[in-house]
Amino acid sequence: MNEAIKLEYTISDDDFTRAGEASGDLKDKLKKMGVDPAVIRKVVIAMYEGEINMVIHANGGKITVTITTDEIIMELADKGPGIPDVKLAMQEGFSTAPDNIRSLGFGAGMGLPNMKKYSDEMTVETQQGVGTTVTMKVKL
Amino acid sequence: MGAEFYHSVHLDVELCKGCINCIKRCPTQAIRVQHGKAKIIKEYCIDCGECIRICPHHAKSATYDSIDILKKYEYTVALPAPSLYAQFNNLDDIDIVLSALKSFGFDDTYEVSAAAEMVSEMSRNYIKKHREDAPFISTACPTVVRLIRVRFPNLLDHLLPFAAPVELAAQIAVKNAMEKSGLPREKIGIIFISPCPAKVTACKDPIGNTYSEVDGVIAIKDIYPLLLPHMKSVASDPEKCSVSGRIGVGWGNSGGESAGLLTDNYLAADGIENVIRVLEDLEDQKFGDLEFIELGACNGGCVGGVLCVENPYVAQSKLKKLCKYLPISRNHLGDEVPQGALFETEIEYEPVYKIGKNLAESLALMARIDELCKKFPGLDCGSCGAPTCRALAEDIARGFAREGDCIPLLKESILSLSETISPNQ
Repeated sequence: MNEAIKLEYTISDDDFTRAGEASGDLKDKLKKMGVDPAVIRKVVIAMYEGEINMVIHANGGKITVTITTDEIIMELADKGPGIPDVKLAMQEGFSTAPDNIRSLGFGAGMGLPNMKKYSDEMTVETQQGVGTTVTMKVKL
Repeated sequence: MGAEFYHSVHLDVELCKGCINCIKRCPTQAIRVQHGKAKIIKEYCIDCGECIRICPHHAKSATYDSIDILKKYEYTVALPAPSLYAQFNNLDDIDIVLSALKSFGFDDTYEVSAAAEMVSEMSRNYIKKHREDAPFISTACPTVVRLIRVRFPNLLDHLLPFAAPVELAAQIAVKNAMEKSGLPREKIGIIFISPCPAKVTACKDPIGNTYSEVDGVIAIKDIYPLLLPHMKSVASDPEKCSVSGRIGVGWGNSGGESAGLLTDNYLAADGIENVIRVLEDLEDQKFGDLEFIELGACNGGCVGGVLCVENPYVAQSKLKKLCKYLPISRNHLGDEVPQGALFETEIEYEPVYKIGKNLAESLALMARIDELCKKFPGLDCGSCGAPTCRALAEDIARGFAREGDCIPLLKESILSLSETISPNQ
């Protein structure tokens, strides 16, 4: 069978209180679909980190989740400033988050590293001044 | 999925008017109104008692034993929950309650708070030994354990491996009673005085243990009025029998179990909606290095149980006052962990919310649900008998409901039909 579903989420620009809604909704749906709880944990943490990044750095954006019987693909697209040095951004602890964000307990420099850690495959396409698209795959 | 789902929360069909109060309040979306009557989906229900609180027609109630259960046994022991002590005005001595229980008809008492102090000590030791696996989640509230079992599979490993204090209390009470009375086990009745229906369920259908030593469960609200005259008559010279300290009695309030762990590195949440929020965040690993998570389904902790009589927050204050001059703890473990205090069996995930038999089927059904949701007005009005439009869509996909159950949609189609029949009206 070649079933697939697509879920789309719009991430609001700077409303922190709403960050995590998309990953929460996805978690609920994956549980109802009977996906392995260990896989759900990976997907939700990776997506939550991505959501937070989009709010902090990119004025929000769009997340498209495609679920098939083989894998879950999360595409996080924003029209933010882009990442000048992806290699540097992938280092644990490297952060460009402003102080007001850090005071909320975010911005520890673990966003992208955690996204990579919890997904089986991750690609980052970025162009300064245009935006960033992070694609994460988690195998089922 | 192998579990049976016994419940003490129950519906009186005669009294049910088919309103939607309960379906909107139920935290696990376990109630539907069908053919004008509410129906509890037993796989989803966690016995939290919210529907009992909200039902304006008192159609929801808890099933528990009547006071007459005492007559069934030759020798009875009362196990009072600490929340019982919080129901009385100006109570300054627990012995008055315990003596009144004996004067009322029990042969002996054993305080659940005494066993709770041993569970506190076991928990302290356990957490110290297994710190790398923290945080640990309390298993004292049976509703929380049942909630985690059906909804938070990733957190099952974090549950403390101990049965609730009432189970340990029951085992000690059995031993004491057999020694004191010389009677065989079956002639002894171990009766728990409970603040909530979830504890009734936990005694009748335990999770983590194969059986419970509790023979009967009676409600605080039933025994409360019967105890008052006895309390008056024993008040001047109660028998000295309380063996609880501040830690054990404090378990009745939210935060009390945590206080017994003698650490500041804990979180205590009460009220079922708050509990769910904490569990969601905990599952997403949003907390730092907490050692312990105390969760109680009722507002204020066990004092907020639906079978209590006093306002939960007034009860909290009373319990605090009662604890004030008690020694910290008066019950300590011997050399070994008491038998039966530990769970005998592992608690397994029960994926009751799963929609398809396999992933492919689930995907197809989820697509259908999303499609239906787009069609529905999104009012979550409850007129169809499901708590939200999405819940109705899921019910339809599962084959339990029909699109025509959506009243606003039905109204629309009737309107358009009447326009087709007589376009000029």
